[in-house]
Amino acid sequence: MAQYAVLIYAHDSAHAPDATPGDLESCDQHADELTDSGTMVAAYALTPRDMATSIRDDVITDGPFVDSKEVVAGFYVVEAPDLDAALAIARRNPVVAAGGGVEVRPVHSSFVRSSPEAAG
Amino acid sequence: MTDAAAVEAAVAQTHRRDWARVLAATAAIARDLDLAEECVQEAYASALGSWVDAGIPANPAAWLTVTAKRRAVDAIRRETRARSRLPLLVMTAEAAGQATEYEQAEQGDPGEAIADERLRLIFTCCHPALAQEAQIALTLRLICGVPVPGIARAFLVSETTMAARITRAKKKIATARIPYRVPGSAELPERVRGVLAVIYLLFTTGYTAPSGAALVRAELVDRAMHLARMLRELMPGDTEVAGLYALLLVTDARRDTRTSPDGRLVRLADQDRSRWDRAALAEAHDVIVGCLRTRAPGRYALQAAIASLYAEAPAYEQTDWPQIVALYDRLLEVWPSPVVALNRVVPLAMVRGPAAALAEVEKLQRDGRLSGYHYLPAIKAELLSRAGRARDAANAYRQAFDLAANEAERAFLAEQIDAHTVWSG
Repeated sequence: MAQYAVLIYAHDSAHAPDATPGDLESCDQHADELTDSGTMVAAYALTPRDMATSIRDDVITDGPFVDSKEVVAGFYVVEAPDLDAALAIARRNPVVAAGGGVEVRPVHSSFVRSSPEAAG
Repeated sequence: MTDAAAVEAAVAQTHRRDWARVLAATAAIARDLDLAEECVQEAYASALGSWVDAGIPANPAAWLTVTAKRRAVDAIRRETRARSRLPLLVMTAEAAGQATEYEQAEQGDPGEAIADERLRLIFTCCHPALAQEAQIALTLRLICGVPVPGIARAFLVSETTMAARITRAKKKIATARIPYRVPGSAELPERVRGVLAVIYLLFTTGYTAPSGAALVRAELVDRAMHLARMLRELMPGDTEVAGLYALLLVTDARRDTRTSPDGRLVRLADQDRSRWDRAALAEAHDVIVGCLRTRAPGRYALQAAIASLYAEAPAYEQTDWPQIVALYDRLLEVWPSPVVALNRVVPLAMVRGPAAALAEVEKLQRDGRLSGYHYLPAIKAELLSRAGRARDAANAYRQAFDLAANEAERAFLAEQIDAHTVWSG
């Protein structure tokens, strides 16, 4: 088995600080499916583009690093035997049917601190 | 001792015919495309010497496969060769725990096992996760066995660029774990379309290459024909595979009459029909009839049917124009492309006259998607000429001339400009 990161590209993240459970329903449902099937290794939902701050050439600016129609709204890591299997999983992300898309990248290596405080 | 020239000829023949089979089988053992390629190359090189001493084997492909596989096994065992540190090729058993439905169906006959491996190699080389130019390069290198310098020449890039393109693609196959297998039935139609697109692009690149590169052109056309024939043999039940094969057959049957001895372009209407390859046309006809009997013939089968109908007429004027328009209508349903709509205009003019056809061309011109396509003003010019509007025709020919890149086509268009300028005084 190999690990693949799935980067979610959308106009913006649904995970605003004041998002209601209804706003997040389709994301949560999809995440639950992947978790229940044992496919999901890790997942991070990011706050909207307005919350982003970028540093380029040591200059700090407001907003996402790449000025584009889409931003990375979140990312997760799944386990799959090969690229075809990973693409089949990534294709099911609700963002694909909602005008956005996903990028699939093989994971080289990873690190997550395992202390209980990290869970926040 | 066998005559060295006879051995050389035998090696060249099996290189062309069996390279894919030998490489596919070796890749399954080596599980590393680079190592497999190297071992197969060495097997062919050693055949030149061995066959002079021991005679040409009864089954050269089997000899080469055994030799290449043995080299791969030795290399893996001794680890003496500088093996790449990339992950191993993902094989079916490890990847999915079982073969895909397509592969299972094929496993009924043990003789099919080798055919399977060639198909795996084809689908791996033409995987949509690779850029199409990389798919084409890999197909020529790994399936056809064309050396890198030859591929570089055909696509007008430096050898370094082409070598880097192939290396990068191989690296992605290993690192991203693009599996070495025939896709399952759910993905199969889409993936077959990708493979057919690569073969068709190879063929058209060869067919319309600049006239200066005549040798490269013939080579690419031959390789595309070889691939189409191989795929048809490997997937006999697929009508689009059959359709593409028929389309290439019909188009290639006219190869020698498409240009005059001095390299000028000859229009279909003016081509010498007695020099067309009748055997190829007859073979294509049978394949097409089979395709059209299916419930929903696809894009390539319909294109082949149109080309075949053009070729069957004893003379251009005797072409079955209404039938061709009807086939174009069906083609537009499965492939709604403005290029198809433009090509439909030619037979339409024969059925309903140049004025009706001109109206269609103008509609396509307003649509704008073909604004850089020189065939649009070229076809318009011909219709204007037939409608007796020489001055307008000359202008349209000039537009086509400015957009065309192929030398033979530019020469033809320049002649037309001259001819119509004289008329309009």
